[in-house]
Amino acid sequence: MPRATSDAKLLIQSLTKAYAATPTNLKIIDLYVICAVATALMQVAYMGLVGSFPFNSFLSGVLSCIGTAVLAVCLRIQVNKDNKEFKDLPPERAFADFILCNLVLHLVMMNFLG
Amino acid sequence: MAEPQSSRTTSGGDGRLRNALGGVLCAFSLLLIGVLAFSIRLFSVIKYESVIHEFDPYFNYRVTQFLSKNGIYEFWNWFDDRTWYPLGRVIGGTVYPGLTLTAGTIWWLLNSLNIPLSVETVCVFTAPIFSANASWATYLLTKEAKGPGAGLMAATILAMVPSYISRSVAGSYDNEAVAIFALIFTFYLYVKTLNTGSLFYATLNALSYFYMVCSWGGYTFIINLIPMHVLLCIVTGRYSSRLYIAYAPLIVLGTLLAALVPVVGFNAVMTSEHFASFLVFLILHVVALVYYIKGLLTPRLFKVAMTFVVTVGLALCFAVAAILIALVASSPTKGWSGRSLSLLDPTYASKYIPIIASVSEHQPPTWPSYFMDINVLAFLVPAGIISCFLPLSDASSFLVLYLVTSVYFSGVMVRLMLVLAPAVCILSGIALSEAFGVLTRSMKFQRPTSDDGSSTAGDGSPNIPANSKAVSKEKPSKKNRNKEKDSEGSSSVDTRTEEKLLVLPCGPSAVGIMLLIILSGFYVVHCVWAAAEAYSAPSIVLTSRSHDGLHVFDDFREAYGWLRHNTGADDKVASWWDYGYQTTAMANRTVIVDNNTWNNTHIATIGTAMASPEKAAWDILNSLDVKYVLVVFGGLIGYSSDDINKFLWMVRIGGGVFPHIKESDYLRDGNYRVDAHGTPTMLNSLMYKLCYYRFVETDGKGFDRVRRYEIGKKHFKLTHFEEVFTTHHWMVRIYKLKPQKNRVRGKLRLKSSSKTSSMRKTSGKKSPWH
Repeated sequence: MPRATSDAKLLIQSLTKAYAATPTNLKIIDLYVICAVATALMQVAYMGLVGSFPFNSFLSGVLSCIGTAVLAVCLRIQVNKDNKEFKDLPPERAFADFILCNLVLHLVMMNFLG
Repeated sequence: MAEPQSSRTTSGGDGRLRNALGGVLCAFSLLLIGVLAFSIRLFSVIKYESVIHEFDPYFNYRVTQFLSKNGIYEFWNWFDDRTWYPLGRVIGGTVYPGLTLTAGTIWWLLNSLNIPLSVETVCVFTAPIFSANASWATYLLTKEAKGPGAGLMAATILAMVPSYISRSVAGSYDNEAVAIFALIFTFYLYVKTLNTGSLFYATLNALSYFYMVCSWGGYTFIINLIPMHVLLCIVTGRYSSRLYIAYAPLIVLGTLLAALVPVVGFNAVMTSEHFASFLVFLILHVVALVYYIKGLLTPRLFKVAMTFVVTVGLALCFAVAAILIALVASSPTKGWSGRSLSLLDPTYASKYIPIIASVSEHQPPTWPSYFMDINVLAFLVPAGIISCFLPLSDASSFLVLYLVTSVYFSGVMVRLMLVLAPAVCILSGIALSEAFGVLTRSMKFQRPTSDDGSSTAGDGSPNIPANSKAVSKEKPSKKNRNKEKDSEGSSSVDTRTEEKLLVLPCGPSAVGIMLLIILSGFYVVHCVWAAAEAYSAPSIVLTSRSHDGLHVFDDFREAYGWLRHNTGADDKVASWWDYGYQTTAMANRTVIVDNNTWNNTHIATIGTAMASPEKAAWDILNSLDVKYVLVVFGGLIGYSSDDINKFLWMVRIGGGVFPHIKESDYLRDGNYRVDAHGTPTMLNSLMYKLCYYRFVETDGKGFDRVRRYEIGKKHFKLTHFEEVFTTHHWMVRIYKLKPQKNRVRGKLRLKSSSKTSSMRKTSGKKSPWH
């Protein structure tokens, strides 16, 4: 279906063009998110290979990766200049909140790691 | 009272002063609300004594004693061998530690400050302190939704609502005392995060949720309500990035924190109660992605992307859903726990789990209990719902959803009226505050000296939200029991710019305010009466008034004291499971079954023993190493919650596991009777015999004051048990198992009974057991 493929190509082109226009700091955050999710997927694949015996370790590993990815997405939302709701929020404050939440997450995760 | 012209220069200062005064008034009101919440719960301490009530609090008290004596590491790893003999119970892994840790921390803090309060005192007063905290949390939550005036109103109402008082009087040291505070506080932090979008509050929200998971099994309500609300927001088109920040970190952090609590453990990811949260987590991510891509692309391309994604995405969704459903359907209860299933299907427990069905607080409530427990608020709530819709915000939609779900659950189980209480209080607070706002505004702008006071009942309903915001912003402390009539120049400047006000005529407004105050007066009188008369009874001590004064029945403590001082430290006591916690806490003896009811077969064994004839019962009890049996009997004084009234439940539970116990054997023509028409099985059962042994000696006729007839079998002897103690009013009776006889006469047939003594030495050994 040439129409579909040309549409798909156009779609991908316009997506990549629009994405290239985002500022660098947001792209760095996006990279961090992708790395975290990839790590989580690797852990799940590993669990599929060797079994889930210390289940608490598996759970804490996966949830810490997903958690830090989610928090990075929240940071991205707050730091994004196009976002009208957060224009009063200084990015330093957003980053400090991000650090605090990550601290709590990793503290809990270390406790649960066993 | 500033003039309109000169007030403009000083209006800034005036505004700040008014704000400061409003803040002080608000803080002072909150302090008074806290004192009110604390003191209305002290009736039982004044009328009786500072003692722990009921059954479950005794277990919590015992655990707190252990914690305070041995420290937290011992507590975390505690294996209790004084209960569920011979199985024991892993306390560290099966108790919700929030309450005991809270009270233990308070005790430790006070003791380190050299305030030597005993553990019992701290335990008794934990509930009133936390109900004061809960009122403050209600103020915060309602302030987030509707403003400080409504907040103060809701806090006052919650401080007094009888349904919450019933589970948090001084002495009711149970999980709900702390859990309701945790519930409201978690909801407040969620709404605050939703309103501000701050990650800091999201972190606090997760930590507060952790505290709730530690405290009560009802945390599943939170983890299902919040996803429902997120779904509602998405479906009604109110998705925003603040919603993502409020929900996603809570789920990840919250699941991890919930898995930390030993009682929950891996259930946090494996039971169906949590699946809703994960599902909505995925849905939220999909929606967030869609909105993001929508922002990147032009509309035409977005349509193309949507069609593409929808086809692929739906296929994937179906595959994943099919796998999940297959996994879940393979478990017999579809992954839900018994208690949750009995909430979703109210008839489930009575069909499959008689133990859950037999607990009286698991029964559905009757209509009168609604009016008893929430009184006037029952018809203020619909007004509150309407007020939440004008205007509808995320916070107010959350409140309405909370109310609707808690109304359903309170209809299933009377114990859950407690979860309904905060929702009802918040919405009634909103309704009352709005009503007062409209009426006082009517009175204020109807004053003859005011310029625009002549505008009468206009329709201005679209102007109401704008006006109410303008007026309420000026007066931060708008909790108006006294009518504020000072005219400010700035206010008339504002209102002159508004077109119409919804203003009612002055007379009806005044009457309306009076009526609302009288209504609140009725509520207050009812609450105080309910707290004093209905909910302050510590079931451990009973009182009754008669023509010759006040009688106090302290039989329970008498019996436990006797057990504590007159039996060996390792002797096992068997009784019905209701009294297990009290026996271990007060008598300090090992029991066979207690209120935790986690092992149905063990309870059924005791039930079968109580329902069997003496010899069979003795065999069963002996196999469990039991030395003493305890029964509760109310026939002499008319105490109706005794073991004879509970006996049919023993039969049902025992019959559920041991089929030779049939309920029909104990009923005569479908009626439960213990008089002369009682069935022989009933009159020969251990429970009957232990309760009515020598009862005929009290009045010569054996008239049972609870059942209101004379008993069936009056003169009988016990062959395998002996009575060791009966309390003063015959309420608790303790029996000891007789040891086996050394020799049994008539059991063995001898060849010639005449030559016994001379032949005994030479005629061979008899079996040493007989």
